[in-house]
Amino acid sequence: MIVSQQLCYQYPGSAALALPQVSVAQGAALVLRGSSGSGKSTFLALAAGLLTTALGTLEVAGQNPAHLGSRQRDAWRGRTVGFLPQRLHLSDALSVFDNLGLAYFALGTPASSGHIMRSLEALGVADLARRLPHTLSGGQAQRVALARAVLMEPQVILADEPTASLDDDAARSAITLLARAALHCNATLVIATHDARVHPVLEAVFMNENSLSPKEILHKQL
Amino acid sequence: MKTIVLAWQYIRSRPLAAALNVLLLALGLASINFLLLVQHQVQASFERDLQGIDVVVGAKGSPLQLILAGVFHIDVPPGNIPLAEVAALAKNPQVKKLIPISLGDSFAGYRIVGTTQDYINLYSAKMDSGQLWTAPMHAVAGYSAAQAMAGAGLQPGMPFVGNHGLGATGHPHGESPYFLVGTLQKCDCVLDRLILTMTESVWQVHEKATALDDEDRKIMQEEREVTMALVQYSSPMAAVSFPRFVNTTTEMQAAAPAIEITRLFRLLGVGTDVLRGFAAVLLLIATISLLIALWNALRERQADWAMLRLLGAPPARIAGVLVWQALLLTLAGGVLGLALGHLLTGLVGYLLAADRSIPITGWTWLPEQTWVLAGAVAMALVAALLPVWAAYKLDVLKILQSR
Repeated sequence: MIVSQQLCYQYPGSAALALPQVSVAQGAALVLRGSSGSGKSTFLALAAGLLTTALGTLEVAGQNPAHLGSRQRDAWRGRTVGFLPQRLHLSDALSVFDNLGLAYFALGTPASSGHIMRSLEALGVADLARRLPHTLSGGQAQRVALARAVLMEPQVILADEPTASLDDDAARSAITLLARAALHCNATLVIATHDARVHPVLEAVFMNENSLSPKEILHKQL
Repeated sequence: MKTIVLAWQYIRSRPLAAALNVLLLALGLASINFLLLVQHQVQASFERDLQGIDVVVGAKGSPLQLILAGVFHIDVPPGNIPLAEVAALAKNPQVKKLIPISLGDSFAGYRIVGTTQDYINLYSAKMDSGQLWTAPMHAVAGYSAAQAMAGAGLQPGMPFVGNHGLGATGHPHGESPYFLVGTLQKCDCVLDRLILTMTESVWQVHEKATALDDEDRKIMQEEREVTMALVQYSSPMAAVSFPRFVNTTTEMQAAAPAIEITRLFRLLGVGTDVLRGFAAVLLLIATISLLIALWNALRERQADWAMLRLLGAPPARIAGVLVWQALLLTLAGGVLGLALGHLLTGLVGYLLAADRSIPITGWTWLPEQTWVLAGAVAMALVAALLPVWAAYKLDVLKILQSR
């Protein structure tokens, strides 16, 4: 779950940026909409513990990241948060398999080949495990990046503009995969976007595919 | 995934840049290793060959030439000295031991040295096969010379013909063959590359070759010469007065090997210092190149580092990857540099051996080389400092949001 109250963040030399007051239950979704500079990415960065602020309170998966020391915050982020950045940032020096292995390396734990392969299989890209990222199509790369983000079965999945520069089909596919991954992990999903195509797809997955216990989708306009 | 494996994968993804870095580092380290190996072995060889020789007495001329020709056998002697004067010197109370050295002939490039058995005892050389000479024209071959002779089918008990002069191109003294009577064990000293015989053998060969008749031979016998004499003092005090005595009262010169070799090393030292400076510059360039490579790796892989941070890696883990990259490149450069240094030394040793000169080998290890490697590793760590610092300062959010 994610709960924020009177959350603000001040960039050096700028006025304090007021961020949304939210309360998103575990397994629910939050769509943050707004134009560039409205604070969507800042909210994600605060939720991921990449930024910290003393202004207001923020609780992510039962923890205020600002209250953790730098090293503990890194470890907490690695285990709790799955982050899908707008640019996928797959390392071209490493195979798809090793790109996922980075998640284990980051946490300093031994990699589980089986778990990596299962994560790739779940997203339908297991056969690409030995390929290098530059040989993948955009859609394949997005699936690999998502597999990396959810590998540790995070409690929170944060996605920054996941459909930017994607055509309708690809955008639908990306949101569907993201929503299914969140449902699979029972993770709280936060999508920062200005793309109107996101909501109907998300709703379709959250409401229709999970009809026995439909998940809540919150919207915040920044 | 281990840090070292990730570091290696990043290096492998830029093979050309990595290869250039390794090569630059290897050239610097190879130069330093080569200089160390050669300098050490030359010095050790000189010190070994000089043992027990306080002064060398020979014809007037360059004292250094006298030492190089008489002790190390890598130069031609300045001339000969009368046997009578040498015999008089041997009776000087300041002289404990005097070993005459007569040069003039060679076999397959190996010098045939007329001397006494004291010369063999000076280096504590042991017989390998056969026996020491008991009569003129008997010869005993040092280890390397014996090997060359064996290669030519010569075994103890067989005759061989020396060539006039110290090169292999002089005319053969076919009328006065030597008999190989024994071979010496390897002593890692100058004897290894000499063929030893009685001083009388050298006189016999040349008198037989040049005397026109018995009268002429008799005159030559009365005017016999040797090339030089290796002298051991009876007391350290002789070092002050004996050379002065020889230099001022005789037509000969006395050259102190310790002084001449120090002078030689001082002269060579300028050259070695220049080479060492050049190697240091190469290493400095390699360090800067390594720093640039790591800096570029940091910049080119900013997104990777940012992603790692996002996945929960503390800055220290990223720093670890950079440090391992530096260490792996240095290790590769170090191993290649060592191999090149030893290979080059071996090549020089091969060329010197072909010239029957000072023995130098690439198959040796000096403690100083460990320090060179340790220095290279320290250098790699220094080169990694700036990129590591930058890794700690990485603005993850900015990089992740960059388009």
